[in-house]
Amino acid sequence: MGTNYHHETFPWKHIVGFILSLVLTFAALWIAFSSGLATKAILTGIVVLAVLQAVLQLFMFMHVTESDSGKIQTINMAYSFFIAIVVVAGSIWTMAFVL
Amino acid sequence: MAEAAHHYDETMPLEYRTEESRLNILGFWIFLGAEVALFATLFATYLVLFQRTGHGPTTADLFEIKDVMIETLLLLTSSFTCGLAVFEMRRRRLTGLLVWLLVTLLLGAGFITFEVREFIHYVHEGATMQTSAFLSSFFVLVGTHGAHVSLGIGWMTLIIIQLLQRGFTPRTARKVFIVSLYWHFLDVVWIFIFTLVYLTGMVM
Amino acid sequence: MKWSEFFVTGEPLIYAADVSIVLTVIGIVFILTYFKKWKWLWDEWLTTVDHKKIGVMYIISAVLMLFRGGVDALLMRAQLTAPNMKFLDSQHYNEIFTTHGTIMILFMAMPFIIGLMNIVVPLQIGARDVAYPYLNALSFWLFFVGAMLFNIAFVIGGSPDAGWTAYFPLAGNEFSPGVGNNYYAVALQISGIGTLMTGINFLVTILKMRALGMTLMRMPMFTWTILITCVLIIFAFPVLTVALALMTFDRLFDTQFFTMANGGMSMLWANLFWIWGHPEVYIVILPSFGIFSEVVSTFARKRLFGYKAMVGSIVGIAFLSFIVWVHHFFTMGAGAAVNSFFSITTMAIAIPTGVKIFNWLFTLRKGRIRFTTAMLWSLAFIPNFVIGGVTGVMLAMAAADYQYHNSYFLIAHFHYVLIAGTVFACFAGLHYWYPKMFGHMLNERLGKWTFWLFMIGFNVCFFPMYFLGLMGMTRRMYTYSAGLGWTPLNVVATIGAALMGIGFLVLCYNIYYSARYGERDMTGDPWDGRTLEWATSSPVAHYNFAVIPEVKDLDAYWEMKKSGKGFEMDEEKLKPIHMPSNSGRPFLISIAFFFAGFGLVFKWFTLAIIAAVFIILGLILRSFDDDDGYYISVDEIKRTERLTRKEA
Repeated sequence: MGTNYHHETFPWKHIVGFILSLVLTFAALWIAFSSGLATKAILTGIVVLAVLQAVLQLFMFMHVTESDSGKIQTINMAYSFFIAIVVVAGSIWTMAFVL
Repeated sequence: MAEAAHHYDETMPLEYRTEESRLNILGFWIFLGAEVALFATLFATYLVLFQRTGHGPTTADLFEIKDVMIETLLLLTSSFTCGLAVFEMRRRRLTGLLVWLLVTLLLGAGFITFEVREFIHYVHEGATMQTSAFLSSFFVLVGTHGAHVSLGIGWMTLIIIQLLQRGFTPRTARKVFIVSLYWHFLDVVWIFIFTLVYLTGMVM
Repeated sequence: MKWSEFFVTGEPLIYAADVSIVLTVIGIVFILTYFKKWKWLWDEWLTTVDHKKIGVMYIISAVLMLFRGGVDALLMRAQLTAPNMKFLDSQHYNEIFTTHGTIMILFMAMPFIIGLMNIVVPLQIGARDVAYPYLNALSFWLFFVGAMLFNIAFVIGGSPDAGWTAYFPLAGNEFSPGVGNNYYAVALQISGIGTLMTGINFLVTILKMRALGMTLMRMPMFTWTILITCVLIIFAFPVLTVALALMTFDRLFDTQFFTMANGGMSMLWANLFWIWGHPEVYIVILPSFGIFSEVVSTFARKRLFGYKAMVGSIVGIAFLSFIVWVHHFFTMGAGAAVNSFFSITTMAIAIPTGVKIFNWLFTLRKGRIRFTTAMLWSLAFIPNFVIGGVTGVMLAMAAADYQYHNSYFLIAHFHYVLIAGTVFACFAGLHYWYPKMFGHMLNERLGKWTFWLFMIGFNVCFFPMYFLGLMGMTRRMYTYSAGLGWTPLNVVATIGAALMGIGFLVLCYNIYYSARYGERDMTGDPWDGRTLEWATSSPVAHYNFAVIPEVKDLDAYWEMKKSGKGFEMDEEKLKPIHMPSNSGRPFLISIAFFFAGFGLVFKWFTLAIIAAVFIILGLILRSFDDDDGYYISVDEIKRTERLTRKEA
């Protein structure tokens, strides 16, 4: 099992992560208000950006793959992503018939 | 408990050095999985209900992008500074760790201040938890996140006190690491609130 | 609030319950004081962090709750025996079916399963304790105070009465103005938190604390089922947490989640409830499959057939059980696409279960079967559960479900899966692992009496209900008229229920009888077992294993015995064993939870806030707690081991 604890002298990973998260946030803002896309396209776009940012936090800041339990941690997060999709999309779909 | 409870391995960061710490960190990751399910349910509730505004205001009536962006930037930055705190810890610099933790705390407190102001503002406009299904689900979703951040502030304060009392030990290091996971996770949740509640609410 | 509203009044049955509760409490206090047992109670039980003792407490609670839920069931059957009975009025009947369902699922089945897993899992994987012993104690006490809070409802303030599913709008303030449903929301919340922590605790325990050499694919099947059960708990219980919290907000703070006006959507409750509710069904059935696997393999004296297929089908459940929940409300009106999708997933989930049935049958094939009580329960499980499963597939077809929905056909179906699955498994597990808990066996003769009485009673009680359902009898009706022609089958069902009640009494007598006259288990391995728990002494030393065994194969202990060595302990290899310290804090924090919950139920917010402060204080004290546990010296281990080994 990989135990890739990072040892750096300057927090490059964090700074890059931070800049990327800012870029993604402002990109979402731009898509929402200035892109002129159709509503559906906007929603798809910003959700994709949010997922990207979540992945970014997991890997750049939280070191999800780190330690001798890295594999378990990653599977755990992937499975929780599956559950989140099921609960959110499932509820919306199932309840869509209610006026 | 494993026999290796006090077995040291010098190549590992301090927070991973005891068996107990490794178990606790993994357990906290699993707990975050449960938190994902918890927030997913709140999001599901919100997304099913947010257009059911009854006689109350709609999302477009309420949300203002400026306040939301301030809150978002405060929390994003706090996640970054929290990362720096752990970075400093791994380089065994106690002062650096404490400074960045403190900055994180202040940014978190700033976030909460803005959020409370936002809520008070809504209530003054007559948009309360009791007004409509949309507002019930809005206040409970965003409020649960806010309660998590507030709890995180209290928790981090306790850990800062322990760091001042005891300095670097495997135990305090593990606590710092776990609270940092919690803090980053709350940032992730906020990103989805930002996207699915505020941006979506203003677009639709 | 007036005292006459605080205490439930006006029913002779309730007054009788009041008297018996008071007498029981006085009796317990008297016995503890007379025999000077208070300190013993505190030191050995209330503050313990030992997984085996916690497991025993879970099982005792579960048996008590089985009694309570069973009495509810008998009252219902009494009321339904003949048409137009006046034994219970409609309100009382509503309360009783609500508490029966809630208690049987959440406060009987769950703790029974969790109790067995507490006792067995660390032993099966060769661990000395769970990953977080302190948290384990907290889990138990939270469950316990939640159960107690729920159980006092019927004498203080009034029982919940909106069904165990507590559907809105019925469960909302408009139609259920009393405090009954507050009890439901708050008590389930408290015990649910405990359950979630148990899930995390055992998941980490199983993943990280297995003995050397025990790879995932060498884990005993019971441990495998618990692993996946933990996954289901961790990801399903937060959904219940949220649903109950929203219910609490609606009831206490007049929010609009599930209301009928201002945009509220009552059907969303059903949706959230069953997103949790369906995995919950698997939370109580998967461990049962694990128990049957252990028992069948031990008493057929064969390795479990198709281990890998079994593991695969259990892992499959972790995904499938989360995508079937809509089948609980096909008739609500979602479109054809939604109903078809969930119909198909529901039928698909029958496949992994079918695989397991064949696994057990092939394990039995050509086995040298010993018909012990535990084995009888397991053998009876297979056909009975198949009846429940096949009728489940009938219910899974959305179009047909419009006929069966909420009829006694459904009642019969889920009792066939839950009783023949979970309850049979709990009894099998109890008989099987009893010597590990108490050092003596449960009497086999009395055990078989329980088995035959209960198993026959069960079929007599529930099989007619399939037909009652097809004849049009619907769930939750408190009476019916004579002209409907349901009387004969209802009489039969009540006779069956009485037989089950007698079976339960025999079980209770068996516990008493065996404690006094039961055969002591000197060997630690009374059944010629296959897995590591049988390598320990009975009852198990509090450190479980003096030396952690090394695992070389599936059925680790069986392999050790076959190689002629058994599990030998080399005294030279002994090292001091690290153990966690006892703590009274989990108990005290849980008491604070009880008062916080009680305050919320009655909207006494001052009490709730004061209790919450105590909870937070407990957490802060824990954070500053530096207790690292203690070590058991090698001398002490040697003494303990020699004592148990000499007896053997």
